[in-house]
Amino acid sequence: MGELRLMKGNEAVAEAAIRAGCDGYFGYPITPQSEVLEYLMAEKPYETTGMVVLQAESELGAVNMLYGGAGTGKMVMTSSSSPGISLMQEGISYMAGAELPSLLVNIVRGGPGLGTIQPSQADYFQAVKGGGHGDYHMIVLAPASVQEMADFVKIGFDAAFRYRTPVMILSDGAIGQMMEKVVLPDPIPRRTEEEIIAQCPWAATGRLPGREHIIITSLCLDPAGQEKLNLRLQAKYREIEENEVRFEAIRCEDAEYLFIAFGLSARICQKATDIARANGVRVGLFRPVTLFPFPKKQLYELGQRVKGMLVVEMNAGQMIEDVRLSVGCHLPIEHYGRFGGIIPTPDEVVRILEQKIINR
Amino acid sequence: MEDTFAHPELRTPENLVYKRTELLVDRPLSYCPGCGHGVVHRMLMEVVEEIGGRSKTIGISPVGCSVLAYDFLNVDMLGAAHGRAPALATAIKRLWPNRFVFTYQGDGDLAAIGTAETIHVCNRGENFTIIFINNGIYGMTGGQMAPTTLPGMRSSTSPYGRNTQIMGNPLKITELIARLPGTYYVTRQSVHTPAAVRKTKKALKKAFECQNLGKGISFVEVVSNCNSGWKMSPVQANKWMEENMFPFYPPGDIKVDGELVPVKETEKSEVVK
Repeated sequence: MGELRLMKGNEAVAEAAIRAGCDGYFGYPITPQSEVLEYLMAEKPYETTGMVVLQAESELGAVNMLYGGAGTGKMVMTSSSSPGISLMQEGISYMAGAELPSLLVNIVRGGPGLGTIQPSQADYFQAVKGGGHGDYHMIVLAPASVQEMADFVKIGFDAAFRYRTPVMILSDGAIGQMMEKVVLPDPIPRRTEEEIIAQCPWAATGRLPGREHIIITSLCLDPAGQEKLNLRLQAKYREIEENEVRFEAIRCEDAEYLFIAFGLSARICQKATDIARANGVRVGLFRPVTLFPFPKKQLYELGQRVKGMLVVEMNAGQMIEDVRLSVGCHLPIEHYGRFGGIIPTPDEVVRILEQKIINR
Repeated sequence: MEDTFAHPELRTPENLVYKRTELLVDRPLSYCPGCGHGVVHRMLMEVVEEIGGRSKTIGISPVGCSVLAYDFLNVDMLGAAHGRAPALATAIKRLWPNRFVFTYQGDGDLAAIGTAETIHVCNRGENFTIIFINNGIYGMTGGQMAPTTLPGMRSSTSPYGRNTQIMGNPLKITELIARLPGTYYVTRQSVHTPAAVRKTKKALKKAFECQNLGKGISFVEVVSNCNSGWKMSPVQANKWMEENMFPFYPPGDIKVDGELVPVKETEKSEVVK
């Protein structure tokens, strides 16, 4: 089943959204993710599945359209790149507070500020540690291929509705722009209004006879009530940490040293693993696929067996904090990062592994 | 609430002249005595009831004094971030085209922080209703200068009166959006007299009926008082509103059936200025 195509990562996200039965996409152009909106406008799903596609006046507009649609139980998504995602933080915080399901795709580019349009992984902290105000988390999925760009759309929507939370696909400009073969899933029909009303009794869909009116809000002025809301959110995050961890362990079974990397960096490190193995060094790659929830237990266990870890990120050292918290301090855990759109080469990271970990 | 009426025997069907709509939640309003919000809430919910919109209406409350409007309006409601109600409404109306959708916003929400959202929904021609309460002040945060504060008007952030040289000019956003192709019905009303209340209700009903036509935004501005923020008694505030707000924000229809209503010569200088 499914359909084999050659696509850009951004196009795969858009096509996967149509096939997932998405009800609405609201976005604003920004490089390097504009192909998502362009693809949807060219495909015109509003004439086929009935999916709404709208170019908003700003990322602020787009994220609040998402909030509105999500509050009525519809399956809605947006995509943007780093500066645009910064603008969306207000809406993300509100959706977390009001417990609304939605999907956001960040095709990360280098920052801070207007930065560059080249790929980066510098938005890890923003995606994983909050970004907006208040105590909240999103589920964060980090694809490393065009195939995963497509696959994570359905996985993301399912998790968003299961936990009533915003979910982010944290990708980067290289995966968004590069073309690979991708097997697209068979289309799922959009839910009918009756199905939405039945499946989302919490949603503001119009006050039917026999029920109280629904209020979607993140506001609770009473401190005791607000603390209760926070406790409920925290319980939900613990449940997510229990059930939703995803990771990939490549050649870790007999490894003495590990690369730890997500997304595009993991692609580089997979090749680096092969090079190091060819040189006779037993190296493995551990790739967190969910950045929240973070695969703490798996990393802790690996930390009991290996001699050292090199965390490779296209940033100044962000995920390494979570790696160190998970593993502890009893073995060397070093970081290697490139910034500003520079993608490290496999040979480069092998050399750094030797310098910083193996021959330290 | 406890029933304190002394003569319950008089409560018979033939004596019934007024009944609170079931779409208004029976609880004390959080607004100051003398405020116009309660009256607009009642008119709004009566209209929703009369058009049979109870189970087909989704409303959006703003940030401002009416942030808790969802506690009083007994229809499904969403509370928006400050200024973003029109963005929520855009998505909701497009995703649920068979629902009545309205936003309820104050002047700071609609004409300052949310200006971009306001302009763009009015330009795209979204098919929902905007209810805009303009009292020329930020009420909830304690009486600061609003985008609609009159020249010379005092507020806590213009304590010597609004000096337009320093603080800029008040924004006549209703006149502005009426000139955009995506607005179909634009009117300015008030709720300070029984006659004005009745006209406001009529305007609200027309606005909701416009949603079925699919021809763009219906926009009802209600010039209202803020006796607390203006530091006046309710009676004084209504008088001050008539004498000062109405010359600058003249009540009446501004755009009907997609056509601008010609401005009266007597009002032209104020409106166009």
